[in-house]
Amino acid sequence: MTVPSSGPLPALLELDLDRSLQLLDQAGAFLPDAEPYSLAWLQGVIDALADLSNRDPLTGLSNRRNFEMQLTREIDRVARSGEPALLLMLDIDHFKKVNDTHGHPAGDVVIKAVADLVAQTVRPMDTVARVGGEEFAVVLPNCSASFGPTVAERIRRNVAAAVIEVSPVLSLQITVSLGGAFAPQWVRSSPLLWMERADRQLYRAKAEGRNQACLEPQVESVVSADEKSMLFAVMPEDTP
Amino acid sequence: MSSGARTVAITSGKGGVGKTFVTANLACALAARGQRVLVLDADLGLANLDVVLNLHPKLTLHDVFTEKCTLEQAILPAPGGFSVLLAGSGMVEYSRLTPEVRDKLLRIVELVKPRYDWVLIDTGAGISDVVLYSVSLAADVLVVATPEPTSLTDAYATIKVLATQQQRRHLGLVVNQANRPGEGRTICTQLQTVLSRFVDTAGHSFRLDLMGEVKNDAAVRQAVLRRQLLLEQSPGSDASQGLRALANKLIG
Repeated sequence: MTVPSSGPLPALLELDLDRSLQLLDQAGAFLPDAEPYSLAWLQGVIDALADLSNRDPLTGLSNRRNFEMQLTREIDRVARSGEPALLLMLDIDHFKKVNDTHGHPAGDVVIKAVADLVAQTVRPMDTVARVGGEEFAVVLPNCSASFGPTVAERIRRNVAAAVIEVSPVLSLQITVSLGGAFAPQWVRSSPLLWMERADRQLYRAKAEGRNQACLEPQVESVVSADEKSMLFAVMPEDTP
Repeated sequence: MSSGARTVAITSGKGGVGKTFVTANLACALAARGQRVLVLDADLGLANLDVVLNLHPKLTLHDVFTEKCTLEQAILPAPGGFSVLLAGSGMVEYSRLTPEVRDKLLRIVELVKPRYDWVLIDTGAGISDVVLYSVSLAADVLVVATPEPTSLTDAYATIKVLATQQQRRHLGLVVNQANRPGEGRTICTQLQTVLSRFVDTAGHSFRLDLMGEVKNDAAVRQAVLRRQLLLEQSPGSDASQGLRALANKLIG
């Protein structure tokens, strides 16, 4: 499709874009490099606004709003397709100490570095989001149960191995804790419930000493000997 | 959430525990209380609701799936005053859960829901993906078990999977072929004890409710052999009373 990029269309000149432009300017977003009020320029403004509402300014990752939208979409998909999907919640260990010792600018560099490391470790189809100060989330569609622990562990390892250059004289090594849960298959769950389950595993990883990944245990349909003996412990034997 | 009928899946770990018998007679008991009831035979591999009800359907779910007839044409009146959608033979090819089967079952349930007060989904036995999927279509679940150890073990495994994988917060238990009054209660308590000891429901509470106890009754065998509904054949029998109590408890 060809878009006329010459002079502005008369109708577009009637648009009042002052507030949008002001917003983009204040947010430090790049304004489109095209003739004002041309279609290409307008497209650039819209893209920049969409980015502004979906992206976290520090890391360039999805922000919480976009993340929750992705999560809802993924739940719809899982409910219909039954494909396994994994949600990982990730938190930088002892982040407060980084801020307190080296200052907030150093903290920002660490956050950005972790964001890049996580994004590089997962597939392009996965959504990586910054959902809180030092908290991240990853939605992994079509991720099989056996692959879950591998990907979580790979993220943990890559972050732990990285040397983050905060300044020419300061390099830091940090660790992350991860928690994960799979979406219940074929059931329309809620984003909140799914996040709660992954969060619970994140707390477990923190409680067990940090720098580790904990995933919700997978469904076991096998009945163990212990379960059987307890099941029949006090069963009445009176058959007529 | 869509409105309309209350959807109840009736399932069991082990086959041959009277799942279809309970479903058919429960439908009859609900209909007797003036409720509009549809039984959907989702036992795609080994359907036998037609055998239990002594029906010889010309059109079945299979014909709906292959678009040989409309949904309306395949819904039949059953003895006992309720409607059935039978799986019929030839459904074996659908006993694997393909996206096609999933979509069709989902669509059918959504289409019938506005027209009835109750949609009972008679699933197959076991915990295959088709069974789990058809259970997932229902808001409420009844697990049928007998006091036999093998049946209890399989019911336990089913409940465990539903509680964890589908995050069900409560399930109903129907104890069939109970040998003495109160046996259902004992079994339910026992299952709940083991479940709370071994099953991690990820923090949320899980409850197994005893919804019904159907006595081991000679009248049941007779009705089954004659391919009659127990509630019509021997309405005064102990087992009939248990089934009516189950219906009443569901209606609430």
